[in-house]
Amino acid sequence: METYQVDLSEIALRIRREIVRMVYNAQSGHPGGSLSIADILTVLYFREMNIDPKNPQDPKRDRLILSKGHASPALYATLALRGFFPVSDLAGFRKIDSHLEGHVSREIPGVEVSTGSLGQGLGVGVGMALASKIDGLDYRVFVILGDGEMEEGNVWESLMAGYKYNLKNLVAILDRNGIQLDGYTRDIMPLHDIHAMVESFGWNVMEIDGHSFSEIENAIERSKRSDRPTFIIANTVKGKGVDFMENNPKYHGSPPESEDLYRRAMKQLGEEI
Amino acid sequence: MKTESLRDVYGKELVKLGSVDRNIVVLDADLSSSTKTGYFANAFPDRFFNMGISEQSMVTAAAGLALSGKKPFVSTFAIFLTRTYEQIRQSVCYNNAPVRFVVTHGGITVGEDGATHQIVEDVGIMAGLPNMNVIVPADSVETRSVIDYLAGVDKPHYVRLSREKFPVINDEDYEFRMGRSKTMRDGNDITIVADGVMVSKSLEAAEALKKQGIDARVINMSSIKPIDRDAIIKAARETGHIITAEEHSIYNGLGSRVAEVTSEYYPVPVRRIGMRDTFGKSGKAWELFSYFHMDVKDIINEAMTCLEEKNYENIP
Ligand SMILES: Cc1ncc(C[n+]2csc(CCOP(=O)(O)OP(=O)(O)O)c2C)c(N)n1
Repeated sequence: METYQVDLSEIALRIRREIVRMVYNAQSGHPGGSLSIADILTVLYFREMNIDPKNPQDPKRDRLILSKGHASPALYATLALRGFFPVSDLAGFRKIDSHLEGHVSREIPGVEVSTGSLGQGLGVGVGMALASKIDGLDYRVFVILGDGEMEEGNVWESLMAGYKYNLKNLVAILDRNGIQLDGYTRDIMPLHDIHAMVESFGWNVMEIDGHSFSEIENAIERSKRSDRPTFIIANTVKGKGVDFMENNPKYHGSPPESEDLYRRAMKQLGEEI
Repeated sequence: MKTESLRDVYGKELVKLGSVDRNIVVLDADLSSSTKTGYFANAFPDRFFNMGISEQSMVTAAAGLALSGKKPFVSTFAIFLTRTYEQIRQSVCYNNAPVRFVVTHGGITVGEDGATHQIVEDVGIMAGLPNMNVIVPADSVETRSVIDYLAGVDKPHYVRLSREKFPVINDEDYEFRMGRSKTMRDGNDITIVADGVMVSKSLEAAEALKKQGIDARVINMSSIKPIDRDAIIKAARETGHIITAEEHSIYNGLGSRVAEVTSEYYPVPVRRIGMRDTFGKSGKAWELFSYFHMDVKDIINEAMTCLEEKNYENIP
């Protein structure tokens, strides 16, 4: 596997800046759940995943499915910084003359599958993992899910299939930020004990701090030795990195509403003005 | 022209209905702040159920409530209701359970959210179901009247609303009648049958055509199922060519239904304006109409083409 000698925290900060810039430019989009997965995507794309921007269709490549497709800014920024397409494209996010669709679109280099309707990504991941068995390839399939998304029955149906077919190369990562669209997950539809629930479906469950590079990396390394599909519960903060967005349901789907707030966010994310 | 939000009117009307009728209950799937059922949730927390991001569970629960004498209103974005098509078919329609689906964010006026969210197939999907009734209101005034009407129905209904505000084209005292259309403007050269926001676009087109001496009839066909057959046959007979305009696929939607009526009862050319077997895309809502050739100028062009054909046919 290609090793990438880079400073992960610098990259994660850069991804976060691009996220805020994109939603501010577009005056629409979902900053909260994008900021919460920036560290996870950083580790995956700059440390763990076997991918090559120059050969994005390599049959042996690792796959990533962003099942919570509204967090498109995070994935687009990551793919651009990793070299799949020019960073300057990010300015077109959500605009009519751009390829950067509002929700994750397969038209974009590096994207495996279009998403945006919640609950479907893990099932697609099951299919890709089944294909790897048939083809005798040992690529890995990562699926990032939201905790609100866990309310979709489709997710649980796919958990059953992952267990039945013993898809050891399938790794689900739950962005457990505690907030969905209408408010806090505990109020909208409480997930009683997600750890025990998924474990009882036969998966290998781990729980980590989703903002710690080392914990993310360790969990993914450990998943390689699992004899079952892996489900990583990553405890995160929605809006991570921008004080007024952190843990604030309002910024699920709203950009900073003034230039002052935008500048404040960018400053907190290390932009030198 | 004054514009007004259809979903906002919906949310407020629900609260009014809820205060006089205790049987009204409302279900949403984690979108109550966008569909505006949040107003009802605040006013009547005991009769509001946020079912989470679980549309199938929401729809089946609504069927149970309806079969137990309640009057459920069910809301989410149009796109996400369609994942429960089969639950709607079995648990709602086959039981003839009077569930009121009032969905928002239909069509391409969803704008920036893009192709994944811009459903242009829903009207066809829903209208294909036995027992289901389908309404696409043209503006906020009509929406209010439709919501009032829904309180008293005894069958499943599907009402498609939008994200964007639409121009207000009906007078305050307008009353929606199921199965009836409204002729917004009379004319005998050609007829434009439209629904939703395309009614106001068609009126604009008719205004421009008038300047060129062409009298276009504009019909608001908000009641897609049952459809106003008489108005369509009358238009076919009196004006010949018909143009349909909808913020939906030209397949299985208003255009298809109008063509079904004309081909059975009074065949005339029917030209359909709408999405042509394609997904949508991100962009500003109102830019997308011209991108997909569904704007006022496209209606005008289609009308001109039809009239040329008509003149050609009339040459002895
Ligand atoms: C099937 C479906 N229903 C509803 C929505 C609308 N929606 C978009 S994001 C969201 C909340 C998602 O919450 P969560 O999965 O926790 O994501 P996060 O908080 O990490 O952004 C909802 C309800 C959707 N995209 N798909």
